[in-house]
Amino acid sequence: MSTTDAFVGHAPDPYRIGRSRDWVSTGGGRGFAHATGHGEGGPASKRVIVGYGFWIFLLSDIVMFSAFFAAHAVLQTATAGGPSGRDLFNWWSIAIQTGCLLASSFTCGLSAVATEARSQIWTQVGLLVTGLLGLAFLVLEGRDFAGMVMQGAGPQRSAFLSSLFAVVGLHGLHVSAGLLWLGTMMAQVFVKGFRADIMRRLVCFNLFWHALDIIWVALFTVVYLIGEGR
Amino acid sequence: MSHEVDRRDPGDVGPGFMDAAEVTIREGIARYVIGFVLASALTVASFYVLYTSLIWGPGIPVALVVLAIAQIGVHLVFFLHITTAPDNTNNVLALAFGVLIVALVIVGSLWIMDNLNDRLMPLDQMLQMQR
Repeated sequence: MSTTDAFVGHAPDPYRIGRSRDWVSTGGGRGFAHATGHGEGGPASKRVIVGYGFWIFLLSDIVMFSAFFAAHAVLQTATAGGPSGRDLFNWWSIAIQTGCLLASSFTCGLSAVATEARSQIWTQVGLLVTGLLGLAFLVLEGRDFAGMVMQGAGPQRSAFLSSLFAVVGLHGLHVSAGLLWLGTMMAQVFVKGFRADIMRRLVCFNLFWHALDIIWVALFTVVYLIGEGR
Repeated sequence: MSHEVDRRDPGDVGPGFMDAAEVTIREGIARYVIGFVLASALTVASFYVLYTSLIWGPGIPVALVVLAIAQIGVHLVFFLHITTAPDNTNNVLALAFGVLIVALVIVGSLWIMDNLNDRLMPLDQMLQMQR
């Protein structure tokens, strides 16, 4: 008879939060139980909860992006007599940007492997390469934007260009924020090491960076490739 | 709290976890390499589709969308480690809901605005009526 059976007359509620059958002595919140997510056991560990919460945030971020995508898809032909995508897009630049972001997603994944292996040097190298590729992406995108504005094809020229600058610029803003976060994480890993809280932040950063690449896949397909087909 | 350690069930995973199924370093790297190769191939295919005459013109957007969805799938599986395993049910359900909302927003917008465009009188006719 375990201690939980002391509550005579109360059937144990399998869905009660905080119920931790296996590690009663450690209390709730540490999370060690059978088949989490099936109504048994106590709450999941902090790492799982943080990762899941960040996943929900990313999905809501993607929902926000979908509104920008919808606006662009609707306004793609509304050039108001101004230049269309066919006249403006620099194919080599877009292909290189795509390559940079994909490669940075890959190196970000490799740095996560190094983090799991608790390798300080390889984690830092992975993050650094990720950051440099992200920076190259941003520089190329900024150069494209500047070139378009110089040609008189700025966001105020037509509805098509407004929506183009909005959706591509929003992604660029996310990449910029990601770069700041990346630099912060490099410093924190260097100073604080692989502490549990730092590891959680790294998991979130990895999710964020991979999600940015997923958005870019949708972006170069919808905005650049399909836009060109019209 | 430097002594803090996250203890959890091995079958208890959030999105993006590398150590979910006791993955070794070699397996972890292999997973990212496979994902990178597949994603690169799909990206190159997307850019190639635009310049080839292999595909019937009006079918190109469809081909591009299919390639993009395939690549997003590759990213989800190999980079974000979203799987169909029972321990991933919560992540997949959240993703499914996100996809539903995204589909509603995009398909709904395109459908409604296209329908409105169809009903709208062409601009030159409208200008003539105003005279």
